[in-house]
Amino acid sequence: MNDMQANLRELYQEVIFDHNRQPRNFHAMADADHVAEGDNPLCGDQLKVYLRVRDGIVEDASFVGHGCAISTASASLMTEAVKGRAVAEADALFRDFQTLLTAADPAPARARRDFGKLEALAGVREFPLRVKCATLAWHTLHNALVDAGEAACTE
Amino acid sequence: MNAPSAPSVGLRLDLAGDFPILARPVHGHRLVYLDNAATTQKPAAVIEAEARFYRETNANIHRGVHWLSQQATDAYEGARRKVQALLNAREPAEIVFTRGTTEAINLVAQCWGAANIRAGDEILLTTMEHHSNILPWQQLCERSGAVLKVVPVNDAGELELEAFEALLGARTRLFAVAHVSNALGTVNPLPQLVERAHAAGALVLVDGAQAVAHQRVDVQALGCDFYVFSGHKLYGPTGIGALYGRAELLAAMPPWQTGGGMIRTVSFERSSFAPPPERFEAGTPNIAGAVVLGAAIDYLTAVGLDRIAEHEHALLARGTATLAAIPGLRPIGTAAHKAGILSFVVDGIHPHDLGTILDTEGVAIRAGHHCAMPLMTRFGIPGTARASFGLYNIDADIAALAAAIEKAQDMFGSRRTR
Repeated sequence: MNDMQANLRELYQEVIFDHNRQPRNFHAMADADHVAEGDNPLCGDQLKVYLRVRDGIVEDASFVGHGCAISTASASLMTEAVKGRAVAEADALFRDFQTLLTAADPAPARARRDFGKLEALAGVREFPLRVKCATLAWHTLHNALVDAGEAACTE
Repeated sequence: MNAPSAPSVGLRLDLAGDFPILARPVHGHRLVYLDNAATTQKPAAVIEAEARFYRETNANIHRGVHWLSQQATDAYEGARRKVQALLNAREPAEIVFTRGTTEAINLVAQCWGAANIRAGDEILLTTMEHHSNILPWQQLCERSGAVLKVVPVNDAGELELEAFEALLGARTRLFAVAHVSNALGTVNPLPQLVERAHAAGALVLVDGAQAVAHQRVDVQALGCDFYVFSGHKLYGPTGIGALYGRAELLAAMPPWQTGGGMIRTVSFERSSFAPPPERFEAGTPNIAGAVVLGAAIDYLTAVGLDRIAEHEHALLARGTATLAAIPGLRPIGTAAHKAGILSFVVDGIHPHDLGTILDTEGVAIRAGHHCAMPLMTRFGIPGTARASFGLYNIDADIAALAAAIEKAQDMFGSRRTR
């Protein structure tokens, strides 16, 4: 197996396939109080993130939309990861996740936070063209959290 | 040249050796470059022409009184005549150098549009147009109050000709249409379309970006009023392209950008402008780009556009048959008349995932909406994977494509056997 094939296996782990085939929290949320849309105009990915926030806690999170396996799995894992977190904590996780995927050295980010299942997405580091696929849902989450009112975009 | 090519069974062209980049391994594999609709690779003759221009001929054009300026001017105007010959335009003045297809369409939409389009006029497009052949017209309509109308396509990706006839009316001023669809490969029946549009009193602009490098183009035989293309899809450099416009149309159009190089006289009271094509070439143009585009045309002409068309049709036929044998793969765009473009979707695998996996096998394709979002909407898909052929592609490239698709299906657990 050459480096690239190893990187490919790292990118497309079973966790990614699992969340792509059966995305968790994949539905529109009727009683959401924070909603944001995201799109990658160059690749056509689109999604909508729904949050229900009570007393500063993200009680529930869901999404709908379409995209590649990386973007779907990332959105699915994201909804699982933010449920039950305080708003500020969820937004901090967004920033740390971004660091994990894009920082020259992600080791400090790993040292201060256990990314758990989100580690499955770290393989995207080796595919710079695909980073935006993995981060779209998170940028959209950020906008939903801060009620930015405009579509997130990772282009 | 170090040719990496596998034997090309039954295909007469084997030109990979002319293209140095094709000798670069990708992730340990032979580069299988199937993204020619996005941009083509450059033959050594073109790469060397670029170096030679700067080594031997570089000077500004038209204004210089010295020997080198005359050499550069001759080379630049010589390139214009090569484009004229490539398109079979009547005279060199019908060829305006632009940055590419997009700029050429914008030029027509702005200059011709400003002089000719009024509120209530209609511009006719098709569903299969590239964004570059939609947005300039949409903007023109917003500025002028004109109305955009769109010819639909059928499930095969062919224009619906009855709808086209019905949409053509007394208010139709211009029909803008791709010669070849970049996303589907459909070759539109231009002579027929042009004749009908002209009969209705409309002009016709043809987006030739996907045509000029793949078949012989004759603007007089086509009868079109404007024809545009980009050099980089023609084995030439980026940042150079051309607009063909019928002489009388260009002569009646106001300037494009204003500034040096396009004037006749300038005073602070009033200025007058040079005739076409200089009127539309303000500033120091992309001199090297034009000259090297000329070298690319020389290369293409030496190979022979008829031979290229024949070769790419053979590749298309084989590619179509090979992909058809892959269960779970659905072609998008199955027009009776197609150029060398294979667009498809694979069950359970998003085109971008497919693109990444193919890349790890050295197979370069395009994935996405191909700047044709309305067309993707028409087919109800977010995008496709697209393999597009150039004159250097060979049978082995199709085999590599198919093998890589099957590998992706294995990874995604979606491979089915017949």
